[in-house]
Amino acid sequence: MQSPEPATGQLPEAPAGNPLARGMGYLPEGGEVVTTESGNLFLSDILHNKRAMSGCAIVLLLVLFCFAGPLLYHTNQTATNLNLENLPPGAGHPLGTDEYGIDILGRLMVGGQSSLELGFAVALSSTVIGALYGAISGMLGGIADAFLMRIVDTLLAVPTFILLLICASMFTLNLVTIIAILALLSWPYVCRLVRAQVLALKEREFVQASTAMGSTRMRILFRHMVPNTFNIFIVTTTFAVADSIYALSALSFLGLGPPPPFADWGTMLTNGVNDLFDSYPWEVYPALVILVITVIAFRQIGDALNDIASARSSRR
Amino acid sequence: MIWLLLKRLGQSIAVIIGVMILTFILVHLEPGNTARAVLGFKATPARVAIFNNTYGLNRPLPVQFWLYCIHVLHGNLGVSYSALQPVSTLIAQRLPRDVVLLGLATLLSLIIGLPMGLYQALHHGTIKDDVVAGTWFTLYSAPDFMEALILIAIFCVHFHIFQPSFPGGITTVGGLFEDPRAMVLPVVVLAINNVASYSQYMRSSAIEELMQDYIRTARAKGMRQRMILTRHLLRNALLPIITILGLSLPDLVAGAVIAEAIFSFPGMGLLFWQSALSHDYPVLLGATLIIGVATVLGNLIADIAYGVLDPRIRHAIA
Repeated sequence: MQSPEPATGQLPEAPAGNPLARGMGYLPEGGEVVTTESGNLFLSDILHNKRAMSGCAIVLLLVLFCFAGPLLYHTNQTATNLNLENLPPGAGHPLGTDEYGIDILGRLMVGGQSSLELGFAVALSSTVIGALYGAISGMLGGIADAFLMRIVDTLLAVPTFILLLICASMFTLNLVTIIAILALLSWPYVCRLVRAQVLALKEREFVQASTAMGSTRMRILFRHMVPNTFNIFIVTTTFAVADSIYALSALSFLGLGPPPPFADWGTMLTNGVNDLFDSYPWEVYPALVILVITVIAFRQIGDALNDIASARSSRR
Repeated sequence: MIWLLLKRLGQSIAVIIGVMILTFILVHLEPGNTARAVLGFKATPARVAIFNNTYGLNRPLPVQFWLYCIHVLHGNLGVSYSALQPVSTLIAQRLPRDVVLLGLATLLSLIIGLPMGLYQALHHGTIKDDVVAGTWFTLYSAPDFMEALILIAIFCVHFHIFQPSFPGGITTVGGLFEDPRAMVLPVVVLAINNVASYSQYMRSSAIEELMQDYIRTARAKGMRQRMILTRHLLRNALLPIITILGLSLPDLVAGAVIAEAIFSFPGMGLLFWQSALSHDYPVLLGATLIIGVATVLGNLIADIAYGVLDPRIRHAIA
């Protein structure tokens, strides 16, 4: 994908000026290595991408809804009140109540908190683990690399959801353990991509120049490798948010999620399913709709970032 | 070619050993002990001792792992705690059903997805492409249990066309078709989820092929569009799809846990779910191992198929 560099390629550390100042149509000249600036260019592409920005706007609204919402809209989310069970949407309860008399709008907010916290935490931690593991494995090369990659292959050989089910069957889950388990299961995807990029970068002149100047492996790793794989892992991070929110909801749906009073959208769906047949549709659809919106929003962002990243790499 | 194959084979064997170690470690990570989890907290020490002795759980870990490996190589995956049947029997019963279910679903999604991808590629960059892509992208993003529930609400609750759950007491693969209507919803739900990925792969691969010189040559010599598509484009554009099919082989084995749980389809997914609920570790362990092996084989087959079918790759390697 990357164009060959001219023999007079400048050192990566040399300041190349702010690409934003050169306007949107600016193309890096052939062979110019954009290292630290790549983040800025990337950001300006994102800011001009409608899909990415609409996804971000929805995510922002969701975060506000879940975390600021309960401050404005006070509900009792702990005590059951059977006098209020299965109320249809109406005054006092805009979205009705569930089978324990708990307000559904309030529950959407509280459930959303754990769903979103989980999504962000898993995405962040699995990306960090995966990127470091992949970069180190790619840097080491040889037998160490082969051994480390077989571990990754092993984790990739079994679908994440299957391993998640096994863990859920063994441990009583809470938000922290489920974040830990999902993070430990989902880093190999990032790792594979980052390693491939590092292997390609290793052959580039600027890395060899850095080695020739006596840089340590650690310096090359953090100064050259990690920043240049940024585009890859920002894409996988957004997908990981959507995937882990979905995984938790699927787990709760199967009855293997954290026990009550833990609330998330998947649990609400599971409880609502039985009521679907008793014609209490308001107990199912709000959770369904918000879950779908969330997953679509994050996948839109990821997809848009992917397009931007691949457009950039073909432009170079 | 031979050298590459041997290397890939070696890697595959290493990964299978890795999966065995992984499943073994997972089972021994369990807090407390298996006997308590299966027999309940009120079990007497004597019963626990008998249980541990029966299943060899009182031996040292390396010995247990060694015995586990030997048993696996003899096709013995242990005995289910709850069904009291050999795990291999349970899996052998259910695997063919999943092959039928997911085979049909894959077929359906290919039948919908491939023409759809081609259509998008031909109208690439227009509103038609965006509308089709947007629709399937939404369906793909939506959790599969949502699609299942909405279909159940429409076809079972409102219109009473289908039964929401699979009839029980099915013993043979042919029994799946005793009431063919029961198969409709599970197959449709699973297909909906795959259409998006097939159509998107088809779209991007067809767009790439459409830009190639040979298509332009065909156009220049006055070939009709239909002939260009069937004679030239399709054969080349389908190549990446073969890889995707190979990579989806493990799904055939893993079943579709959620769809099977919703429709109580008696396949691997349902077995896995029920075993997870009842802490039946030998079944989970055995199924995971089979799924791992299937994944490794699927990747291997996809690699080889790609090499055999694409002359450019075949000659580059040879």
